[in-house]
Amino acid sequence: MKATIDIVINGEPRSVAPAVTLLDLLTELGLDPRAVVVEHNRHIVRRPSLGEVRVAPGDAIELVHFVGGG
Amino acid sequence: MTTSVDLVRDTPFTIGGRTFQSRLMVGTGKYPDNDTMMRAIDASGAEIVTVAVRRVDLDRSKDTSVLHHLDPKRFFLLANTAGCYTATDAVRYARLAREAGFNDFVKLEVIGDEETLLPDVQGLLEAAKILVKEGFKVLAYTNEDLITALRLEDAGCAAVMPLASPIGSGLGLLNPFSVRTIKRRLTVPVVVDAGVGTASDACVTMEQGVDGILMNTAIAAAQDPVAMARAMRLAVEAGRAAFLAGRMPRREVAFPSSPTQGMLD
Repeated sequence: MKATIDIVINGEPRSVAPAVTLLDLLTELGLDPRAVVVEHNRHIVRRPSLGEVRVAPGDAIELVHFVGGG
Repeated sequence: MTTSVDLVRDTPFTIGGRTFQSRLMVGTGKYPDNDTMMRAIDASGAEIVTVAVRRVDLDRSKDTSVLHHLDPKRFFLLANTAGCYTATDAVRYARLAREAGFNDFVKLEVIGDEETLLPDVQGLLEAAKILVKEGFKVLAYTNEDLITALRLEDAGCAAVMPLASPIGSGLGLLNPFSVRTIKRRLTVPVVVDAGVGTASDACVTMEQGVDGILMNTAIAAAQDPVAMARAMRLAVEAGRAAFLAGRMPRREVAFPSSPTQGMLD
């Protein structure tokens, strides 16, 4: 059995542990869940649900925040 | 307070049920550094400050979050959908912005052309309708076309934002007639967004009677952004005050200011 699964975060291929939650992912990346918005396969996942949603192979995850703009 | 009588007499500036003191809104892009940006925003007196939605830098080599500098309790953060070329993308960005949890306002941009950054009005209307239905307060960045402005108002937009000239061009108000017509025909606030280059442009724009101005590059790309931010604040106040005062009629001939009577023989 493969020890990791392949997913895509912000357009970059990544290998992560199977069935890891979105909250685990953020922690692993050193990101504050209050400071980012998470989109999982094009669906926004609200903060309280981040610990419940588990990633599966091939998932696409977008992590966004506010930057300077006009 | 040195606020003029004219400004005291002014009607409140209300968008989507929120009232603001400053009629100048500013962007947060293209500043040389964050300290200059914050001092410029302070000098501008703006309460509404725009931000963009972008991917987090996963390498964390640079800290790009604007919220480390802008206090959301002190400023009204207006997220934009800059960089979106389709209605679908703009709706996606707007939803992500709302999820960040500050408010349900969005500065809706659907761009139609990379060179001019002019809006795709068809995509804009499509996105506006979807977002209004989802409860967003939509401030729609559009061109200075009356019919599009009327349709955006019909679609339920909280404000319509015609451009003075293309984004980042600094060409000033190219079509005062169209902007005046839009202001006269719409009930929702009209805020001119994009194209202002210097203080006189801001002043002339406000003299058309529009409710406010949103600008970014004119301040951020000035030689001294903080000094220009102050100039813009004064220009927006001056233009508003002049509009409320009502200008003298234009004449094609001179009319002496001193008496013609009492001249020596």
